[in-house]
Amino acid sequence: MSGSALGQPNPTAILFFFVFIALTLGITYWAARRTRSTEEFYAAGRSISGFQNGLALAGDYMSAASFLGIAGLVALSGFDGLLYSIGFLVGWPVVMFLVAEPLRNLGKYTFADVVAYRLRQAPVRSAAAVSTLVVVTLYLIAQMVGAGNLIKLLFGLSYEWAVVLVGVVMLAYVLFGGMVATTWVQIVKAVLLLSGAFLLALLVLVRYGLNPLSLFQDAAAKYGEQVLAPGGLVANPIDTLSLGLALMLGTAGLPHILMRFYTVPDARAARTSVSWATLFIGFFYLLTFVLGFGAMTLVGRDPIRAIDKGGNMAAPLLAEALGGTAFLGFISAVAFATILAVVAGLTLSGAAALSHDLWVNVVRQGKAPEKEQLAVARIATLLLGIVAILLGIAFKGQNVAFTVGLAFAIAASGNLPAIVYSVFWRKFTTAGAVGAILVGTLSAVILIYLSPTVQVDILKHASPIFPLKNPGIVSIPLGFLAGYLFSLLSQEKEAEERYREVERRVHLGGD
Amino acid sequence: MSKDQLEQLVQARWRIALALTGAMLAIYLGFFLLVAYAKGAMGTQIVPGLSWGIFLGVLVILTAWVLNGIYVRWANRYYDEAIRQLKEVRG
Repeated sequence: MSGSALGQPNPTAILFFFVFIALTLGITYWAARRTRSTEEFYAAGRSISGFQNGLALAGDYMSAASFLGIAGLVALSGFDGLLYSIGFLVGWPVVMFLVAEPLRNLGKYTFADVVAYRLRQAPVRSAAAVSTLVVVTLYLIAQMVGAGNLIKLLFGLSYEWAVVLVGVVMLAYVLFGGMVATTWVQIVKAVLLLSGAFLLALLVLVRYGLNPLSLFQDAAAKYGEQVLAPGGLVANPIDTLSLGLALMLGTAGLPHILMRFYTVPDARAARTSVSWATLFIGFFYLLTFVLGFGAMTLVGRDPIRAIDKGGNMAAPLLAEALGGTAFLGFISAVAFATILAVVAGLTLSGAAALSHDLWVNVVRQGKAPEKEQLAVARIATLLLGIVAILLGIAFKGQNVAFTVGLAFAIAASGNLPAIVYSVFWRKFTTAGAVGAILVGTLSAVILIYLSPTVQVDILKHASPIFPLKNPGIVSIPLGFLAGYLFSLLSQEKEAEERYREVERRVHLGGD
Repeated sequence: MSKDQLEQLVQARWRIALALTGAMLAIYLGFFLLVAYAKGAMGTQIVPGLSWGIFLGVLVILTAWVLNGIYVRWANRYYDEAIRQLKEVRG
C-alpha cells in the first residue's frame, strides 16, 4: 500500500463530512416543521417538482455499489463491469413507459395502493408488505455492510461505530423530516455525486487530451486488448442474460423508487422526473466508463487490489492519485453521503409498508385516525433503523454484494408483475396478485439459496443445486405466470367491474 | 361519446408504451446476447481504443434517452392535450 492516505483519518474528508451532516441536519430541522401529516411524512405533501424529483430519484438509485463497485469492477475486469452500468440504466425507460404515471394517479403512498385498488385489501397489502420488506432488508444489508467497510477504510473509524453512525444520522433525517428531508438529502447527495464523479472523470480525461479513446487505448496497451472485450464474468451466457433481465425489470419494482412518484403533484411531473432521472443516471454511468478505466491505467490494478480485493477503493484511489489527499477527502465524503441517502430512502419505504400497508390498512382496516397513522409511521421508521444497524453488525465480514442483485430479482419477479397486471388487465384478481407477489418473491429467494453464490461460495458445498447465480430468468416468468394462472382460476366480479374506474383514474387522474 | 374517446386514447397510450418497452427490451437483450455469444466480435476494435462492445454499450445508454424522449414528446404534445379536452367535456 505505497503511500496512500486511505484508512487514516483524513482532515478534508472529516471536514466535508461534517459540512454535509450539518447541511442535511439543517434541512431536516426545516423539513420537520413541514411534516405534520402522513401526506407530508410519506409524500412530501406532493410538492416536489419534476426536476427535483428527477435528481432525488437519481440520488436514491445511485448507491455506493454503483459508484465504488462499478468503478472497481471496470478497473479490475475491464469491459465486463460496464454491463452493470448499462443494465442499471435500461430499467428506467420501463419505469417511464409502464409504471410512473399510473402509479402516481392510482396510488397514495406505496405501490401496494395500486395493486390493492380494486382488490381485497388485507391479502394483497400483506403480500406486498412481505415482498417490500424482503427487498428493503436485502438492499439494506448491502448498504450497511458497505458503509461499515467503507467508513473504516476511508476515515479509520471502527466498523461497528460506522454502522451505528450511519443508522443514527439516517434516523434523524427520516424520523423528524420524513419524505421532505429525505428528498432534499437525496438531491444534495445526487448533486455532490454527479459533480464529484464529473470532476474526477475530467481530471482523468485531461491526462488523455480529453479523448476517452486514448484512455481506452492506454488501458489496452497496459493490460492487454481483452480489457475492451467481454471476458470471464460472462462465462455463462444464460446467467448473464438472467442478470440482465433482473437489472432491467427490477428497477420498476423497487419500493423506494416507486414511492418517489407520490411526491410530485401530478402524472406529468412524474413523467418529467423519470426523464431527468434517466438523463442524470445515464450520464453518471457513462462517467463510470472513464473512472473505471482511469483507475486501471493511472492507479494500476495491483495497488487497487492491495487495498481491497474487490476493487471497491478504485475511485477513491484515483481521486488521491489525481487530486491529492484533499480530493480523496472530498470523494470519500461523497461516498459516505451516498450511502446515508440511499439508506434513508430504503428505510422510509420499508416504514411505509409496515405502517401504511400492514398497520393502517390490514390491522385497522383503513380506519386509523391521522394522528395514529403518523405515530405508527415514526415507530416503524425507528424499528427499521434499529434493524438496519443490527443487520450491518450481524453481517460484518460477509460478502454481501449478491444481495443487491437478489433485491432486483425479487422486485422484478414479485412486484412488477402485480403492478403491470393491476393496471393493464381487467380480469386480474386478489388471488392473482397474492400469487404473483409470493411466487415471484419466494422463487427468487429459494433459487438464490440453491445457487452457486450461496451453496458454493458461502456454504462451501462442492456443487450448487441450481446452476445459475441469478434467478431472474426463471423467477420473473414464474411471477408473471402465477399472476395469470391464479387470476384465471379465481373470478372476482367486483374487481372486474371496477376496472373502468381504474382506467379512468390512471389516465384522467384522481380529481 | 367521451367514453369511446377515452378508450381510444387509452389504447394509443398503451400501444406506444408497449412498443417502446419492447424496443428497449429487444435492444438491450440483443446487446446482452452479442456480449454472451459473440465475444470475439465485440472485442474487435473499430478504431484503436474503441471496441464494438464499448461502442454498442454507449449506444444502448443513448437509445434509452432517445426512447424516453420519443415518449415524453408524444405524451406532452398529444396525450396531455387529449386528456385535457376529455376532462373539459366531462366538466
